[in-house]
Amino acid sequence: MATFHLNINGSEKTVDVDPSTPLLWVLREELKLTGTKYGCGISACGACTVHVAGIATRSCVVPVELVGDRPIVTIEAIGKDPVGRVVQNAWIETDVVQCGYCQSGQIMSAVALLKDTKKPTDKNIEESMGGNLCRCATYVRIREAIKRASQQLG
Amino acid sequence: MQPALKRENDLTLNRRSFIQVTTAAAGGLLVSLYLPRITSAQQPPAPKVYPPDAFIHIATDGKINVTVNRLEFGQGVQTSLPMVLADELDADWSQVTAELAPAADVYKDPLFGMQMVGGSGSIAHSFQQYRELGAKTRAMLVAAAADRWQVAANQCRTENSVVYGPNNRSARYAELANDATRKSVPDKVALKNASEFRLIGKPVKRLDSPAKCDGSQKFGLDLDLPGMKIAVVAHPPVFGARVKTVDDGQARALAGVRDVFEIPLEKGTGVAVVADRFWTAKQARDLLKIDWDLSGVERPDTAELRAKYKQLATTTGNVAATRGDEKALDRIPQTNRIVAEYEFPYLAHAPMEPLNATVNFQGDKAEAWVPSQFQTMDQMIIAQTLGLKPDQVTFHTEFAGGGFGRRATTDSHVPKEAAVIAKRFRDTPIKLIWTREDDVRGGYYRPMHAHRIEIGIGPDGLPSAWRHVIVGQSLLAGTPFAMMVKNGVDETAVEGTADTSYNIPNFHVSVHHPTVNVPVLWWRSVGHTHNAFVMETLIDELAARARVDPIAYRKKLLKADAKKLHSVLDLLDQKTAWRKDPAAGRAVGISCHESFETAVACAVEVSIENKRPKIHRATVAVNCGLAVNPLSVESQFQGGLGFGVLQLMAQGAITLKDGRVEQRNFDGYTPAYIIDAPSAVDVHIVPSTEPPTGCGEPPVPVISPAVVNALAKLTGKRYRTLPLVSV
Repeated sequence: MATFHLNINGSEKTVDVDPSTPLLWVLREELKLTGTKYGCGISACGACTVHVAGIATRSCVVPVELVGDRPIVTIEAIGKDPVGRVVQNAWIETDVVQCGYCQSGQIMSAVALLKDTKKPTDKNIEESMGGNLCRCATYVRIREAIKRASQQLG
Repeated sequence: MQPALKRENDLTLNRRSFIQVTTAAAGGLLVSLYLPRITSAQQPPAPKVYPPDAFIHIATDGKINVTVNRLEFGQGVQTSLPMVLADELDADWSQVTAELAPAADVYKDPLFGMQMVGGSGSIAHSFQQYRELGAKTRAMLVAAAADRWQVAANQCRTENSVVYGPNNRSARYAELANDATRKSVPDKVALKNASEFRLIGKPVKRLDSPAKCDGSQKFGLDLDLPGMKIAVVAHPPVFGARVKTVDDGQARALAGVRDVFEIPLEKGTGVAVVADRFWTAKQARDLLKIDWDLSGVERPDTAELRAKYKQLATTTGNVAATRGDEKALDRIPQTNRIVAEYEFPYLAHAPMEPLNATVNFQGDKAEAWVPSQFQTMDQMIIAQTLGLKPDQVTFHTEFAGGGFGRRATTDSHVPKEAAVIAKRFRDTPIKLIWTREDDVRGGYYRPMHAHRIEIGIGPDGLPSAWRHVIVGQSLLAGTPFAMMVKNGVDETAVEGTADTSYNIPNFHVSVHHPTVNVPVLWWRSVGHTHNAFVMETLIDELAARARVDPIAYRKKLLKADAKKLHSVLDLLDQKTAWRKDPAAGRAVGISCHESFETAVACAVEVSIENKRPKIHRATVAVNCGLAVNPLSVESQFQGGLGFGVLQLMAQGAITLKDGRVEQRNFDGYTPAYIIDAPSAVDVHIVPSTEPPTGCGEPPVPVISPAVVNALAKLTGKRYRTLPLVSV
């Protein structure tokens, strides 16, 4: 066990865990931020995507000891970000979700994409969202919602 | 929902008025009423009462909460059934909320007689029920208003949660709810005409969308209870193997591990690890050294099974359908015959949310939280496992991250595992988590199948004789539904073929059900997954051979009374002018299929990129009777097509070698990602006032045959072996 000071959603959190514990489980079990989901544990589905220093990251394979002081943003706080807010609204407007379990990760990936590329092409979308699995296959509306958000962001 | 949230609701609700409408266990409607209990803010909140079962709560602030008698796992029922009820109630939709029902008799599916989601019945089976609930409650509110104003009920009308009477009088439902609870429930009530619908038939956005976009929606796996422990189980490497010896020294040494012990499983035994945290439990499981006893355990091998199935398919099985002359085929010259052999692999459901169940055993009672498609069954089996009666188990239906059939097991093996472990930890909630590896390797797959078909083609280019043999494990044999296997035929293996709407005069379908040591289960659209693929690729091949347009050919071959299929083929034809002129390097594939009383026709435009099919667009035409929520129908079809693409994925198969599953996670068993699914899907709904039929499963069967029919045009090859390893 070791103590870690993490910068989560703008505030400092202290956790006492095994250093190998993936960030995902620190978020979910220690900090009760369950919006970030466990889907595979091997970074093959993207349900656990969070932003680490602004980069979309699969939290299921990042040991907490490697996080350091990099700021972490999760789905619970992405609405405070102007791009995040627009993306969430576009998701609701487009009625994207079905079971909804993967959508936290989808939204976190989409926000990272739109921060990087204001007018993503279909190819950009396929590349950036390519590792986010949705078993309900809401992909058509995910594409639509990203384009809608991109338009709204101007 | 988390208990903390629930308690908050109770506090608010208990201080308000309720109307409680319930159905009798027998299925007939009755309304039982109770008066609001007044609790002061200082008193501890009373537990929420379901005595026995509320469908509607009208609070004094105007909020109307509708209890949904099914699991919400993506199909949208948590929005659609409240829509239906709210329409008949003339409720203000902006004030409507919904929650999932716990396990109780009144929430049983009116057709199936158990509380469950299956057979694409969420809307189809409860449409009438929820309309009546809404209409009866409305009548009671009107009666209360009429009494208050001393006027006749028929002088009143309702709109947006308000009753309007003569002389400009009006009263909000919330003001009337208390009086309405004292009114008797009408036996019969007039339902709206379609022209009067305000919500039904209109595109309505999902109620659960906001919570699913900001991380606040709780799923079963997110449950957090005071004192809760996490359990994982080391399952045997071969189905049915037993623990011979286990060295748990290193596992127990980990801080936070509470116990390690052997448990009985549905098949064989396993080792449970209970810890404070998931990561600890998983690490401890990895440290277990287990010697497994494989003696007497069948070790299936899918390569061997394939050969065996193929051989079996050359012999006649139990007859599922027969008409005309069985010998007609033999009189057709060889040059006018097609012999086709198909292979389908085992498929895992792999819903995004890994399987889980939470159970708290409290001696003379228990509480369970399960994302369950089969509440009645799961509650019963948890009770049995704990030595209790079902009504001693309070069973909460948790939101589920997908399911596709996987959360509807007749042996309730996941909740049962949780109960077995919880029994040892009295008064401690135990959350059992199946890792993705447990899920992919854990069985309960869509069974593998072989088909062999001999077709004789008549002078008109249509099939005049058809001999079809299907080989695959029975889903129902050995389950409580075994009585549905008739004359050795499990209908779920032959549906979509034996009952085809194609008019083939001499037709014979038989089936073999081998017994294999691999647990199998219904997988979204069940037997239609393979039967539609076989039928729709063969019909397409016949159309091409006859040089007839694939839509025209299908219409020619379909029985005249297959009205829904004719209607969708006509609509598809109208909506796909693009199909006459595909872009260079692309081809169009067609398919149609009816399942769960919903007919679907599909056209796809496909090219080959990196040796894989690239699906540029899909157009579907749907006849699902009245489309209760067209926006939801559209999303079920857009998503259902993408779901069905799994059948075509290069790694879309579960294989076994020496009894061991060869895949472990999404790296080896790979469903469709965004690049694999159709890039665009437009959905067209045949206007209809017929009763609504299902939309969860019917999208799935049509996509894979349509895609390979397009590929056949590009490569000249027919694709009969799935997964599609190479194009």
